[in-house]
Amino acid sequence: MKKLILSTALASLMALPAFMPAQAEEPTYGGNMVVTYKDDVATLDPAIGYDWQNWSMIKSVFDGLMDYEPGTTNLRPGLAESYEISEDGVTYTFKLRPGVKFHNGRELVAEDVVYSLNRVVNPATQSPGQGFFSMIEGFNEAAAGTAESLSGVSAPDAGTVVIKLSRPDATFLHVMALNFSFVVPKEVVEEAGADFGKKPVGTGAFKLTEWTLGQRLVFEKNADYWIKGVPYLDGFTVEVGQEPVVALLRAQNGEVDIPGDGIPPAKFVEVMKDPAQAAQVVEGGQLHTGYITMNVTQAPFDKVEVRRAVNMAINKDRIIQVINGRAVPATQPLPPSMPGYTQGYEGYKYDPEGAKKLLADAGYADGFETELYVMNTDPNPRIAQAIQQDLKAIGINASIKSLAQANVIEAGGAGNAPMIWSGGMAWIADFPDPANFYYPILGCAGAVEGGWNWSKYCNEELDMMAAQADSMVDPAKLDERLAKWSEIYMKVMEDAPWAPVFNEQRFTLKSARMGGDDALYVDPVSIPINYDYVYIKE
Amino acid sequence: MAAYILRRLVQSALILLGVSFITFVLLYVLPADPVRQIAGRSATAATVESIRQQLGLDKPFLVQYGNYLVNLLQGDFGRSYLQKTEVAQLLVSRLPATLILLVAAIFCELLIGLPLGIIAALNRGKTVDNGLMLTSFLTVSAPQFVVALLLLYVFAVRLGWFPIGGYGTFAHIVLPALTLGILGSGWYSRIMRSSMVDVLRADFIRTARAKGLSRSKVILGHALPNAILPIIAMIGIDIGLFMSGIVVVESVFGWPGIGQLAWQAIQRVDIPIIMGVTLVSAFGIVIGNLLADLISPLIDPRIKLR
Repeated sequence: MKKLILSTALASLMALPAFMPAQAEEPTYGGNMVVTYKDDVATLDPAIGYDWQNWSMIKSVFDGLMDYEPGTTNLRPGLAESYEISEDGVTYTFKLRPGVKFHNGRELVAEDVVYSLNRVVNPATQSPGQGFFSMIEGFNEAAAGTAESLSGVSAPDAGTVVIKLSRPDATFLHVMALNFSFVVPKEVVEEAGADFGKKPVGTGAFKLTEWTLGQRLVFEKNADYWIKGVPYLDGFTVEVGQEPVVALLRAQNGEVDIPGDGIPPAKFVEVMKDPAQAAQVVEGGQLHTGYITMNVTQAPFDKVEVRRAVNMAINKDRIIQVINGRAVPATQPLPPSMPGYTQGYEGYKYDPEGAKKLLADAGYADGFETELYVMNTDPNPRIAQAIQQDLKAIGINASIKSLAQANVIEAGGAGNAPMIWSGGMAWIADFPDPANFYYPILGCAGAVEGGWNWSKYCNEELDMMAAQADSMVDPAKLDERLAKWSEIYMKVMEDAPWAPVFNEQRFTLKSARMGGDDALYVDPVSIPINYDYVYIKE
Repeated sequence: MAAYILRRLVQSALILLGVSFITFVLLYVLPADPVRQIAGRSATAATVESIRQQLGLDKPFLVQYGNYLVNLLQGDFGRSYLQKTEVAQLLVSRLPATLILLVAAIFCELLIGLPLGIIAALNRGKTVDNGLMLTSFLTVSAPQFVVALLLLYVFAVRLGWFPIGGYGTFAHIVLPALTLGILGSGWYSRIMRSSMVDVLRADFIRTARAKGLSRSKVILGHALPNAILPIIAMIGIDIGLFMSGIVVVESVFGWPGIGQLAWQAIQRVDIPIIMGVTLVSAFGIVIGNLLADLISPLIDPRIKLR
C-alpha cells in the first residue's frame, strides 16, 4: 500500500495557485461584527442548509474532516489531522485531531463522523446533499433506506475513520469539506429532532447563543476552538429582515459592518462613484457562470449550427453594461478561477453576420420563433431583453417568459423551456472542482426529468471521459486530470448546448473598522465572508 | 344577540374553510414543485421521490387537503418544508410584531384621517375641502415602498430622529406606523367627510343650532358621534387592507411580522408557512369584521343585530 500523507502544503499544490498577499497588519482580538440579511436564516443544520446565506454560517459553527485555506480554494485537513489514500484510490483513512470538543463540552470521536455521514444519507433526513455521497460504498442501500448505514464507513477506533468508496473519485476530499459532511453530536441531534437546525451544536469557531426568529442570530466565540488563535471576533450578530437598500443606508451610517446581500444593483453606480465608499468595497471572482441553455431535444435547437449561431449572436459586453460592469465575459462553462479552466480559449466571438449564415445553413434563413424563460427579479428581465434584441438581429424572435424562480426551475427540469437565461438560478459551484460544473448541469445524470441540465444535453462519450478524469485520484496526476476536464469542456463548447454569457464578480461592502486580508471578504467558499478570520481594527 | 353571534361564528368558520381550500388549490396547481425546493439542485430522482412520499405530496389532492384539515383542527399547522421548524412556532414568534403594528397603524390613520375628514366636511366645496380630498386621493394611491423609503431617508438617515428600521422600542414603530397611517388616512378622511356632510344636513343638527348651542358643541357633541359609525365598519375592512399592505412595509422597515414571513415562504414554495399565514390573516379579517359589527349597536342604539 502506498502511503500518501498529505500535508497542508502538499494539498495546496492540488488546487490552483491562489492569491494571498502578506498581511498588512497584525490581527486584533475582540469586538462584535454586525451582518444583515433580507431573509431569515432557514436553518443551521449542516445536513439541510443549502443556500448561500446559511452556507458560511454553518461553516463557522461546524467543521468537517477537510477544510479550505481561508480566502482560497485550497484544500487542507480540518478535523482530520492527516489522511492516507490506498493505492487503488478507494480507501481513505482519516486520523482525527485529538482533543476537539463540541460546544456542549463533549469530545469528538470517530463514531460522530460515522453518525453524521449516515445521517445525511438517510432518506428520513431529507438532505439536499444526499447525492454528493454516491461514491461511498453502500450508498445505494443507505440512500434507499434498505440499509441502516453506509457499509463503507467505519470507525476502527475513537481516533480513526475509514471510508471505502465504490469507485475512485478525485472529488472525494472536496466532498469531505462540504457542509453536508460536517460533524454533528448524535445525542444533541436526537434530542432536538427537527429543531436541531435552530439549536445547532458543533465544533466550530463560533457557537450560536441566541436566535430570535425573524430578528437576529447571535454567535459567540468558541474559546476552546481547536485552531489556536482563531477566531478574532468576540462574536457577530446577524440581523435579518433588512432590505438591501436599508442595510446599505445603515452601513453608510456606521451601524452595519457587512450588508450580507451586497450592494443593491440600483445603488451600485452611486456607491462606486464615491471614492470613500468605493474604498470599502472588495471585488473578487466567484465560481459562477451565467449562461443561456438551449433545449437540444427540440427543434430548432436540435441542430448544432443553430446553437452555435446563438452563441455568436450574443453581445456579451453589452449585457455586462446592463449590470453596470459587475461581471466579466464568459468564454466557456467554467469560471476563470476554477481549476480546469481553459486559458487562451476565446469562445464564440460576437459575429451576427456569421450567425445569420449558420442559421441559413441549418435551414432557418428566415429565423424562427422561440421562448426565453427568465427569473423575474432585477436585473434578469433586463438581461433577457438584451438577449432578445441580439437574437432579433439574426432573425430569431424570442418571447420572454418572466416567472418566479421556482417556476423557471420547474420548466427547465421538465424540459419545457426552449431557452433559459440562468441568472438568479445560475450554477455556483458547491466545491472548487471542474467535476461540479459537469455532472448536474451538462452530464447525462442531470438531463432527466427534474434535473438541472436544462439543455437536456447528454453526450455519453463525455460522460465516459468525465468518469476517467475523476478516477485519477493520485495528486501527481492532477495536471493530467485537469487537462482532461479542459478537453471535456472544449467538446461541450463544440456542441454548444449553452451560450455562456458572463462570470459574475462579487462586490462586498465592509465597514471601515473591519480588518483582515481582502481575500477573506470575497472568500470563494464562504459567501459573503469568512467569519472566522476577519477582525475589527482598534 | 347570542344567536346572532353564534350564526356569525359559524359563517366565519365556513369562510375560513373556503379560504383554506382555495389557497390549497392554488398552491397545488402552482407550476412549482416544493419537493424540488427541498431536495435541492443536486438531488437524484430517487431522493426527490423519497421526500415526496415522506411529506405525503404523492397523494391525491383531496387526501392531502383532508390530512391538512385534520391536523389543523388539532392545532397542528405542520412544519416548514425548508426550515423544518413548526409553523405555529414561526407564526407565534411573528404575530406580536404584526399586531402591534396593526394597532399603531390604525391609530395613526384615525389620528390623521378623522380631523382631516371633519375639516373637509365643515368646509364643503371650498378650496380647503378640494385640497384635502386631492391629498387623500394621492395618499391612498401612493406606492408604499416609495413613501416608506422616503420617510426612512428623511427622518432616520438625514435627521436621525428614529432608528433606521428594526424592532424593539417605541422609536422603532413610529415610522412604519406613520407610513401606513399616512397612506391609509385617505380612506378614513373620505368616509368621515361624506358621513359628516350627511349628518350636518340632518334635522337634529339644525335643531341643536337653533337651540343656541355653540358650533364646536354641535360638531363634537352631536354631529361626530352620529357620523363616526361608518368609521367603525371601516376599521373592520381596514384590517384586510392592512394585511395586504403589510408585506412591503414590514420588509422596508425590517419589522419582524408575518408579512415578511409570508414573502419569504412564497419565494421558496414553503407551503405550510404560506397556508399558516393566509389562515391567520383571514382569521384576523373575519374577527375584525365581526367585532366591528358587534360594536356598532353599542354606539348607535338604532342598529339591531339579527
